[in-house]
Amino acid sequence: MSDNDRKEAKGGNGVSAPPVQKLSRKDFQSEVDPRWCPGCGDYSILAQVQKVLPELGIPKEKFVFVSGIGCSSRFPYYLSTYGFHGIHGRAPAIATGLKMTRPELSVWVVTGDGDALSIGGNHIIHTLRKNVDVKVLMFNNRIYGLTKGQYSPTSELGKKAKSTPYGSIDAPFNPLLLALGAGATFVARTIDVEPLHMQQVIQRAAVHKGSAFVEVFQNCNVFNDGAYLSITEKPVKDEMQLRLEHGKPLLFAKGKKGIRLNGFRAQAVTLGNGVSEKDILVYDERAEASLSVLLAEMQPPSHPMPIGVFRAVDRPVHHELEISQRQAVLKSKGQGSLAELLGSGDTWVVS
Amino acid sequence: MTASKVPVRKGRVVKRELFGIAPGPEGARENMQTQRPAEGSQSRPKKIEEVSTVTIRFAGDSGDGMQLTGSEFTRASAVAGNDLQTFPDYPAEIRAPAGTVPGVSGFQLQFSSQPVYTSGDQPDVLVAMNPAALKSNLPDLVPGGLLIINTGAFNEINLGKAGYPSNPLTDDSLSKYRTHLIDITQLTELALKDSGLSSKEVGRAKNMFALGLMLFMYGRPTEPTQRYLREKFGHKPEILSGNEKALMAGFHFAETAEMFAATYRVRKAAIAPGRYRNVSGNESVALGIIAATKLSGLQGFLGSYPITPASEILHELSRHKNFDFSTFQAEDEIAAMCAAIGAAFGGSLSFTTTSGPGMALKQEAIGLAVMTELPVVIVNVQRGGPSTGLPTKTEQADLLQAVYGRNGECPVPVLAPNSPSDCFEVILEASRLAIRYMTPVIVLTDGYIANGQEPWLIPDVSKLEPFPVKFRTEPKGYQVYQRDPSSLARDWVRPGTPGLEHRVGGLEKDFLSGMVSYDPHNHEKMVRVRAEKVARVAQSYQPTEVHGDSSGDLLVIAWGSTYGAVYQAAENVRAKGRSISHVHLRYIHPLPGDLGAIIKRFKRVVVPEMNLGQLLKVIREATLVDAKGIHKVQGKPFKVAELTARFEECF
Repeated sequence: MSDNDRKEAKGGNGVSAPPVQKLSRKDFQSEVDPRWCPGCGDYSILAQVQKVLPELGIPKEKFVFVSGIGCSSRFPYYLSTYGFHGIHGRAPAIATGLKMTRPELSVWVVTGDGDALSIGGNHIIHTLRKNVDVKVLMFNNRIYGLTKGQYSPTSELGKKAKSTPYGSIDAPFNPLLLALGAGATFVARTIDVEPLHMQQVIQRAAVHKGSAFVEVFQNCNVFNDGAYLSITEKPVKDEMQLRLEHGKPLLFAKGKKGIRLNGFRAQAVTLGNGVSEKDILVYDERAEASLSVLLAEMQPPSHPMPIGVFRAVDRPVHHELEISQRQAVLKSKGQGSLAELLGSGDTWVVS
Repeated sequence: MTASKVPVRKGRVVKRELFGIAPGPEGARENMQTQRPAEGSQSRPKKIEEVSTVTIRFAGDSGDGMQLTGSEFTRASAVAGNDLQTFPDYPAEIRAPAGTVPGVSGFQLQFSSQPVYTSGDQPDVLVAMNPAALKSNLPDLVPGGLLIINTGAFNEINLGKAGYPSNPLTDDSLSKYRTHLIDITQLTELALKDSGLSSKEVGRAKNMFALGLMLFMYGRPTEPTQRYLREKFGHKPEILSGNEKALMAGFHFAETAEMFAATYRVRKAAIAPGRYRNVSGNESVALGIIAATKLSGLQGFLGSYPITPASEILHELSRHKNFDFSTFQAEDEIAAMCAAIGAAFGGSLSFTTTSGPGMALKQEAIGLAVMTELPVVIVNVQRGGPSTGLPTKTEQADLLQAVYGRNGECPVPVLAPNSPSDCFEVILEASRLAIRYMTPVIVLTDGYIANGQEPWLIPDVSKLEPFPVKFRTEPKGYQVYQRDPSSLARDWVRPGTPGLEHRVGGLEKDFLSGMVSYDPHNHEKMVRVRAEKVARVAQSYQPTEVHGDSSGDLLVIAWGSTYGAVYQAAENVRAKGRSISHVHLRYIHPLPGDLGAIIKRFKRVVVPEMNLGQLLKVIREATLVDAKGIHKVQGKPFKVAELTARFEECF
């Protein structure tokens, strides 16, 4: 077991001493060989997570990865942390119960577009609304992979899949708009084939206090191959990707193009011909949610696809509110006495 | 119509226009064991009659506050030392159309100087606050019973809403009963005319008037209610004073109006010495959960979603944040169960509470707890089903979904308390079993137990046995599904423990290592070991108790809230010389190991249930005995008389 490879000092039960020796990627590889299809985008996500986790300064035993059902949800088996492979769609609820009772743990949810937005839609919105301190990695391949190729809630209109031979008639969800609408305090997007970018985004999500929602564009090379080619192919990617960076102008195409506000619309413009960099919108991930919404609505072909951190704001965190409420009650009522509780209300003595 | 128009019969002297007395029929009433009030008595009621057992039902519009009247009368009776049981009966709608029959809310209690096992078959006394309440409850009142009617509500509109073609106060329809006609509405208004309260607020206080009336009638003190009012309305002095005035007005009215020829006394019951309180099943579950948390030494967690009739457990537990206990009102039933599983994975003692429809939603997740072998106690407060069914009514029709629900071979221990106070014990036991066997455990209560109240001998905390948990912390040799040889439980490991990082989940796992396994023989082995583990839960049971002889002609096997009615009915039949015994099962799954041998000692077995024969199926399947069922699916508990008759038919 890779557990045996652990080089760090071991602390007491649940209260580890800081690691003496830095953890490495290898420390987070489990003994189970991933069984995703060869060429699946999930491999890259696993690799980036395994690179980021050792950098966070958190003892390995404090990580818990919770998942639902789907290809993405096999993720916990391939990490050597504590893991819980749940049932379809319910990972956020399982993670919420865990985080509420064990706030010192770093709790992650690994899910997919079907798991999070279809069967688990209710759980994801409420987890984000409550600002439960869990990190959600949602692999979006716009297809049901594990059940072998039905359209998903993020499949494009007209999608031909096994259950939609004549094309899907259902409009897709925009996961980021959903997350923003639910009040998520951290919303980001990255792409399986952009490993460095993914690492940065995952790192930001990991250190965020509160719910973090990260959509990862992920290619399913078996059932929906090339879903993101139009934004990831080398010749087009500079034109088609817009990297959001806090405090920096929204430039893309190697700085030749940018996004400016035209009334309430975000407009892609080419610099020059009277358009200069100062016309370009400077991104502020802490601004009103409406700016994030504006960016989240942008998509090709009229706009480049924004990736990066759309929103990162502070809002009271669920478990902190719970703890402070409990402390306040404790202060006003004192530690509960079972004997007093059982004997409360009107009592009488029979002799 | 106003009360003054009510004709008064047989020349009875009416001291005020606000009330009248209709004489009752000849003959003493068996059940109440009282004499009829002396005819024509005009003096103050000096006569105090002793009665052993009384059943009173308070009925009114759901906005009339009858639940409060009932529970306050209960409190006073309990403090007076009676044994008692109560049962509220209220509509599902928060405010069904006022004045209609569906909007009637009732509260029944039986109190006695003898042991009380049920809330009473039929009321001896009915307090009807409006025509609809009279219409829907009068058929239950025993012939010759005492009927107290608020005539102030008997106007044409209300009579029409209740569907009365003619006024029952003026025709002959009440002649079977000893009827007291009192304009409670107007008397309350008079009592509160200078109180500064709005007419709506005054209207709301008439339940206190009615309560005062009944407290006097049974010689109960008003102080417990006054204390309650001060606690509840202390911050609203005018409302407090209005309610107190109405209460005392009712009390003094009964005392001075010379309308009741006698008052009644029910002596203290001979019950075990000690300190008592009243407890409902839902309260008892909540207290059990806090106690189990303390005794386990763990942090406690409840994931729950509001549902009738289970919500009070969530409410009660939410108040006790100073007990190292967290409550989580989840986004839905599934999330409530899943959050409980997450908390259990984290090392908490976790619970979820629900009712039938919510139970159905939780089933897949309960399967996950079975597969991951984590302790969670699931409380299902059963109600009338299927689907939304009868949310506020009681039923026992979730036994099969508890025992057999879920996909795959998915055994779960199932326990059932037999009374409100028994919930406390059963929750402690369910928690112990869940931890000892690392399994979810289902507890089946129902609407009757949940809302019914009875006196509870407050347990001595120092005598409750702790069941501390030992988490595994030793990494050496750890295997996820390595089992205790006796209980077959796996080790419980808290995330955060270095060196014990592992993965669990819903996929089938290797018998030892816990790695995902599709091996066919491994799967069968795991299915069998999970079944064997749950079967071994029975090794922790106490021997099954048989009420009556240990062998004979008829064995009655029942479970859950029918305990009181079955017990009393079996006693009645036995008193007539029949050979009848009663086993009340606390353990529904697995069944107690000694049940088969007990059954063999009887010629016939009968299983009364508030369903179409669910325990019956389980028992027939387990023992191959040709047991017969007695069924009632009316949203109402069995009556003692019904069961007595049915048991007699078995001979």
